[in-house]
Amino acid sequence: MAAASQRDEWSALSDILAIGAAGFLTILGLILAVAGEDRAMAFHGCLLFAASGLALIYMLTQFVEKREPADTSGYADGVIRAGVIATIIWGLVGFTVGDIIAWQLAFPALNFDLPWTNFGRLRPVHTSAVIFAFGGNALIATSFYVVQRTCRARLAGKWSPWFVFWGYQLFIVLAATGYVLGVTQSKEYAEPEWYVDLWLTIVWVVYFFVFVGTVAKRKDPHVYVANWFYLAFIVTIALLHIVNNVAVPVSLLGTKSYIAYSGVQDAMTQWWYGHNAVGFFLTAGFLGMMYYFVPKRAERPVYSYRLSIVHFWSLIFIYIWAGPHHLHYTALPDWAQTLGMTFSIILWMPSWGGMINGLMTLSGAWDKLRTDPVIRMLIVAVAFYGMSTFEGPLMAIRSVNSLSHYTDWTIGHVHSGALGWVAFITFGALYCLVPWLWHRKALYSQRLVEWHFWIATLGIVLYITSMWVSGILQGLMWRAYDQLGFLEYSFVETVEAMHPFYVIRAIGGLLFLVGALLMAYNFWRTIRGDEPVDATDQPSVAAAPEFRPGEYTAPAE
Amino acid sequence: MAKENAKTSGNVETTGHSWDGIAELNNPLPKWWLYTFYATIIWAIGYWIVYPAWPTVSSYTKGYFGYSQRERVSEDLARSQAEKAVFRDKIAAADLEAIKADPELFNFALAGGAAAFGDNCAPCHGRGAQGAAGYPNLRDDAWLWGGTLDAIHQTIQYGIRAEDDQTRMSQMPAFGKLGMLKSNQISDTAEYVMSLSGNANDEEAAARGKEIFATNCAACHGPDGIGNQALGAPNLTDQLWLYGGDKATIVETIANSRAGMMPAWAGRLDPATVKELAIYVHSLGGGQ
Repeated sequence: MAAASQRDEWSALSDILAIGAAGFLTILGLILAVAGEDRAMAFHGCLLFAASGLALIYMLTQFVEKREPADTSGYADGVIRAGVIATIIWGLVGFTVGDIIAWQLAFPALNFDLPWTNFGRLRPVHTSAVIFAFGGNALIATSFYVVQRTCRARLAGKWSPWFVFWGYQLFIVLAATGYVLGVTQSKEYAEPEWYVDLWLTIVWVVYFFVFVGTVAKRKDPHVYVANWFYLAFIVTIALLHIVNNVAVPVSLLGTKSYIAYSGVQDAMTQWWYGHNAVGFFLTAGFLGMMYYFVPKRAERPVYSYRLSIVHFWSLIFIYIWAGPHHLHYTALPDWAQTLGMTFSIILWMPSWGGMINGLMTLSGAWDKLRTDPVIRMLIVAVAFYGMSTFEGPLMAIRSVNSLSHYTDWTIGHVHSGALGWVAFITFGALYCLVPWLWHRKALYSQRLVEWHFWIATLGIVLYITSMWVSGILQGLMWRAYDQLGFLEYSFVETVEAMHPFYVIRAIGGLLFLVGALLMAYNFWRTIRGDEPVDATDQPSVAAAPEFRPGEYTAPAE
Repeated sequence: MAKENAKTSGNVETTGHSWDGIAELNNPLPKWWLYTFYATIIWAIGYWIVYPAWPTVSSYTKGYFGYSQRERVSEDLARSQAEKAVFRDKIAAADLEAIKADPELFNFALAGGAAAFGDNCAPCHGRGAQGAAGYPNLRDDAWLWGGTLDAIHQTIQYGIRAEDDQTRMSQMPAFGKLGMLKSNQISDTAEYVMSLSGNANDEEAAARGKEIFATNCAACHGPDGIGNQALGAPNLTDQLWLYGGDKATIVETIANSRAGMMPAWAGRLDPATVKELAIYVHSLGGGQ
């Protein structure tokens, strides 16, 4: 009885804090909307006002109507369902914008001579949508799922998980609308201006506390490896984000700010951030996903606990040094370039540790590759991870980099990681999660998963092979001299030579998008509860058992 | 692989933990993996010994080779410049006809001119110097400001309507915008201009336009419309059109004028390169 009343007190306290925060943000949004010095700030003030106002009204109605408190004893899955839907929607947005800008590169007329639709503004919309909106939502949703199942504890916090979800969506909308309106601090993968950075910092700190709070409630003293990777991702991204975005705003009511660093220090900070965004967002985070969904789907134990420890710590320690390889042959001092390059080479095996553990977990179950397209997607993702983590160190070697840098080879490399590894491991995880989260006996159609797999794989192959060829061609054309010492090709000739490869790349991207549309359709039918067309073909991989016996009902979403 | 499979099929214990049904085998680190990892570390240490690598309090370890990127690039640039200097000094000193007469210098100038053209001129004139609407074709023998070596050289040096005291300057009046001609007069003049190259549709209008042309246009374009290179006034009797030879475009040209602009390259490019460009452009086929 005492415990119950203590819980009520905590619940009331969290209600008051949440309502207070929403009220404060509503007022802040109103101030920015009215007094914002530029139109983008006023618009973003309106967005903050509307979002916080809606949250406030929702919470007050809960409070005033004195609804029966929702059952909070089982796993908190409502926020994960929302995260899965957000992942799918943002994925489609990000892939679509990506393919549009791919066609723009092949046919510049598609810029339409409008500021809002030109390549320069749409490119960060694409990169942020796929990395932060699609990848970020996938990581948040799966980390919330995995941490609860592997710790056997409900997510910490009452409103906090929902704040993380909605706050993160607001961050995405503020960032993307800002780019289209021309608001950017011109740092690659860190384009949002100071106030959006501050907002993300708040959301991220709450995310950290929700995750750590859940881990702290676990029953088993040991923490599962997936959670190490998720935690490394959350902590390091916070560090990178804060350090790289230190800026002085021109006015507290305006969008413009100036970064605290200048010259080569700024470049080095930026690529320390940029490279580790790849290392800790796109690698560590998704390895966390891999470490849960691959053994779960394959129903096999993880290959090697020792390997997981060694490769985790070596990856974490070494990755953080590798950033300078983005600045070979620049004003960055030789010694820093050397360190970046050599640590990139040392990073090769720690990266491959994750691949080995992923692939070898399938030992004794290789036949599932033939029958289960979901496990095939997961395993092909791990294979692409292995390929791009070999290619990365290779490209970090200074003499290779002198050919590859600034060419499309880099773009191809990024996309073999992004499409092959990040997106495929996410698709595989989503194909597992959707039936589990919505309590469906199977996916609507496994044949559509097969189609998705093959169409998307073909798209990736077209994408990366065309970029290899065009990148190497570009690099060779740039460095070609005639016998008198003059450059063989003018820059515009090298651009012209790229055209056919840009068309192939755009077709590859289109195929990848078509695959994702099939997935979205499949999920829509699954979630709607339509009878699966081929349930008997599908492996019956059981969802994690409920935290408590009995049907668990999520709080109203 | 078979060996690994054997390991996972029962010989290896799990760690004894299970998280949501996931157990972990306690396989040792794969040997090839571990040794490759060690090898990369040893290689890195070797690299640190021979190349600049670690910062110290006020400097950094220079490495056995004493490699310096800055020195390397300065040396490469200096060597490249020294190799070219043999020819470039001669080109800078010689006059254009002399360069053309010397096969070695001519060959060098063509190569240098082609390289400079690609990066500086191609954006407007096209990669093959074929031109585009508003940007003259440099391969034909129709020249606005003259097609001799010296005329081309002067155009490149000082530009056209550029910010340079010696730039080539002329301005066709905007006959419509300034109210000098009414729209029907402009239309008649356009018909006459088209008739000069045998493209008139309306002989009556062209006849009316002839008088207007004589009073307003002939001063620059000549009584017969054959143009005047001293003023950059194009020949209107040929089939070549800078902006377009259809009625609507000619009406637009007369009404609002045109004032194409080319930058002055002296000062942006060194004198030898400007000479090389003149030789290159002159050689494209239309040089006089």
